[in-house]
Amino acid sequence: MSKENQLIKFTKKGIYCPQGKFYLDPWFPVEYAIISHGHADHARWGMKRYLCTDDSKAILQHRLGTDINIKSISYNNSKTINGVKVSFHPAGHVIGSAQIRLEYKGYVVVFSGDYKTQPDFITQPFEPVKCHTFITESTFGLPIYKWKSEKALQDELQSWVKTNQENNRTSVFFGYSLGKAQRLMSLLDGCDDIYVHRAIHNLNNTISGSGIQLPETKLWSADLDKKTIQNKIIIAPPALLGSRMLKRVPNVATAVCSGWMQIRGNRRWQSVDAGFVVSDHADWDGLISAVKATGAEQVYVTHGSQAVFSKYLNEIGIKADELVTEYGDEALAKAEKETENIVTE
Amino acid sequence: MKLFSELISTIEITNKTNAKIDALVQYFKTAPDKDKLWLIALFTGKRPSRPVKTTLMKEWCMELTQLPEWLFLESYSTVGDLGETLALLLPEPTHQLDLSLNEWMTELKALKPKSDEDKKAFVLEAWTGLDQQERLIFNKLIGGSFRIGVSKKTLVNALAKLTNIDANQLMHSIIGNWDINSISFEELIHGKHINYDNSKPYPFCLAYALEKKLTELGETNDWIVEQKWDGIRGQIVKRNNEIYIWSRGEELVTKQFPELVEAFSNFKDDFVIDGEILAMKNNDVLLFNDLQKRLNRKNVTKKLLEEVPVGFKAYDILEFNGDDIREQPFENRRKRLETLFNSVALPEHVKLSFIVDFKRWEDLHDIRNNSRAINSEGLMLKQKKSPYHTGRKKGDWWKWKVDPLTIDAVMIYAQKGSGRRSSKYTDYTFAVKKDDALVTVAKAYSGLTDKEITEISQWVNKNAIERFGPVRTVKPELVFEIAFEGIALSNRHKSGVALRFPRIARWRRDKPASEIDTIETVKQLITAP
Repeated sequence: MSKENQLIKFTKKGIYCPQGKFYLDPWFPVEYAIISHGHADHARWGMKRYLCTDDSKAILQHRLGTDINIKSISYNNSKTINGVKVSFHPAGHVIGSAQIRLEYKGYVVVFSGDYKTQPDFITQPFEPVKCHTFITESTFGLPIYKWKSEKALQDELQSWVKTNQENNRTSVFFGYSLGKAQRLMSLLDGCDDIYVHRAIHNLNNTISGSGIQLPETKLWSADLDKKTIQNKIIIAPPALLGSRMLKRVPNVATAVCSGWMQIRGNRRWQSVDAGFVVSDHADWDGLISAVKATGAEQVYVTHGSQAVFSKYLNEIGIKADELVTEYGDEALAKAEKETENIVTE
Repeated sequence: MKLFSELISTIEITNKTNAKIDALVQYFKTAPDKDKLWLIALFTGKRPSRPVKTTLMKEWCMELTQLPEWLFLESYSTVGDLGETLALLLPEPTHQLDLSLNEWMTELKALKPKSDEDKKAFVLEAWTGLDQQERLIFNKLIGGSFRIGVSKKTLVNALAKLTNIDANQLMHSIIGNWDINSISFEELIHGKHINYDNSKPYPFCLAYALEKKLTELGETNDWIVEQKWDGIRGQIVKRNNEIYIWSRGEELVTKQFPELVEAFSNFKDDFVIDGEILAMKNNDVLLFNDLQKRLNRKNVTKKLLEEVPVGFKAYDILEFNGDDIREQPFENRRKRLETLFNSVALPEHVKLSFIVDFKRWEDLHDIRNNSRAINSEGLMLKQKKSPYHTGRKKGDWWKWKVDPLTIDAVMIYAQKGSGRRSSKYTDYTFAVKKDDALVTVAKAYSGLTDKEITEISQWVNKNAIERFGPVRTVKPELVFEIAFEGIALSNRHKSGVALRFPRIARWRRDKPASEIDTIETVKQLITAP
């Protein structure tokens, strides 16, 4: 058995480490799961034991139940499991997100989870990690995806809010409760009062409770007076699009925030007033620079544009193969909705 | 171009017509005169011809970005629009160009006769001097149309809101002959170059679908029944030796149908006639599919005129020698129309819509069921005493269409749509069983809700067999009921049949692919004419 084979094996339940006897972000119940971050397509129910970063621990407990058997370590510290050295490294994706590094007899595998190379105002920035085998995501693996700087994005969002206010409209942003919501809060901080949906509010309390500072927000509840929220900012999960709760907002202007908004067709599909390109994932240049920085001799490309991205990597001289997993945007959208049990009335 | 760029951004994000109209009004209030004229020209198809080939633009972009062609094409198939793909792939601008819409259009017009080298220098200079959205618009100005959901009608409604001028008059003005260099915006919208009194149409009288039993309509004697011909409704306006043809969408389509203009010049009288524009050959009405080849053409070539000749069946007369006769009972108007049509010798492709002969209501069932054989959509029932109403009014006119035919078929290919639909798999190809294999019978891209399309797109992503390029071959699993208006034998199709207007009636989640129709059962739907 080669060293790589001792470290990772791709099974029906997920990415398995035979030597360590644990799985990375498995999609079926297993004995021992090491979790990259709190999104519902990566952190699922039913594992006998969980291991994650310190920053993710409270999030996982919040979402999967306080009774789960969970342990955590901080970024860049390691824990040895059956001889395999396991450590977490910032992935820049959402609060608490990590790349998972495995080392055994000098051979290193890094599983990226989801990552974003561009720094933002709230997430621990991405750190490249040298390895022999790199398993990378490829959500936005096409050269049409190029993100603006965080500063440019901030100007864009805040000027939209100001224009709305001039026209007496209330700005509503849609983004996932974990990650996008906190990112939007950081981008809009200081602009005006920010109201957040209960799902985000509860998650924010959990995150603040574990010692991470977040911008100040208020709870957006159905019984709030219309005058109170008029012209203010609301952040809500995408499940609220077209909901009854949204209809109660006075003079609403809606914006979807996602990397997919890069394409006009996607913006128009949503039937909203604006689409902003705000992504928690790496853009094309980010993916390539991340892969190159690992120095890996073998790359596996998972969820997203795996066919395109692996073909391109091979063309520029990096050995890459596709890997089919159960992660990805569609799985996330479905799983997030179920996890949050979001009230839209 | 900043103003124009903002206008396009506002228009394309919204699907509310009123928001589009407001944005246009705002533009007309602030933009320079020439820019306004260009906007009208661009949105009504009065574009100068393309000065730079798309293949060259693609080549220059690949050279600039150093991307392999397959990756360029993969990007293109995801974006679904070439101008937009180029705008997204090109590197960040290095400088800032600020030209007005008129300046850009003037430069582009001058570019046409130049060498490829000169063109390249010009385009590259523009690409590196414009931001992403402006670059997209620049690419669109070069050739493509602005597919952003602004119809002539929307444009006209915006101008009407701005000026309080009658919308039909504005339609005539902007469609009429005008040249950007010899007219001002004010002159254009006030119709300095046209004579609206000659072209003015009436609002169409529209019918509701029949919602009661025939016997509840009363005496058969009080009704006139006609075929519901399946073309486009049109009004022929003839006044002072000028002829205008208006479509139901209140667009002037005179130039698209020269054979009708010629035929109607035979009359001595002036009139406004309502009827159906149809593709016709040797007295027979052809399929709507054939007529479509003639619609929205900038140039009607001689070849096209021969391939798909167009005819007209007259339903009604609204004005005769200057008198508005819409309040007269339909039976009188019909007589007037008959007298008029008997007054001159007409070519055989222009005639009255014949009246269906029947005694008892039950006779109509068979006649309706046979409509398909003569390429009619069903029957029209009109109360003899009815005036020509403005718009849709219940009670006097009813349409009684034939039921569509349906089959159950399985999806075998899926393709992404364009424009708003470019992110989803919205265009599907369906097959039925032929012995042990499958054979394609129809392509359809309408009939599903956005929610269903989203769900199917996700399914396609997971179940695609082919991974590159725009078309996905999928596992034959999803079954759909396909409705269509007609079916004919065809040797141009592998299956041997051609369906007319296929669309998705519903997604048969309850049916496994093993229970779809066979080509034999499909062929049995063909009724001998």
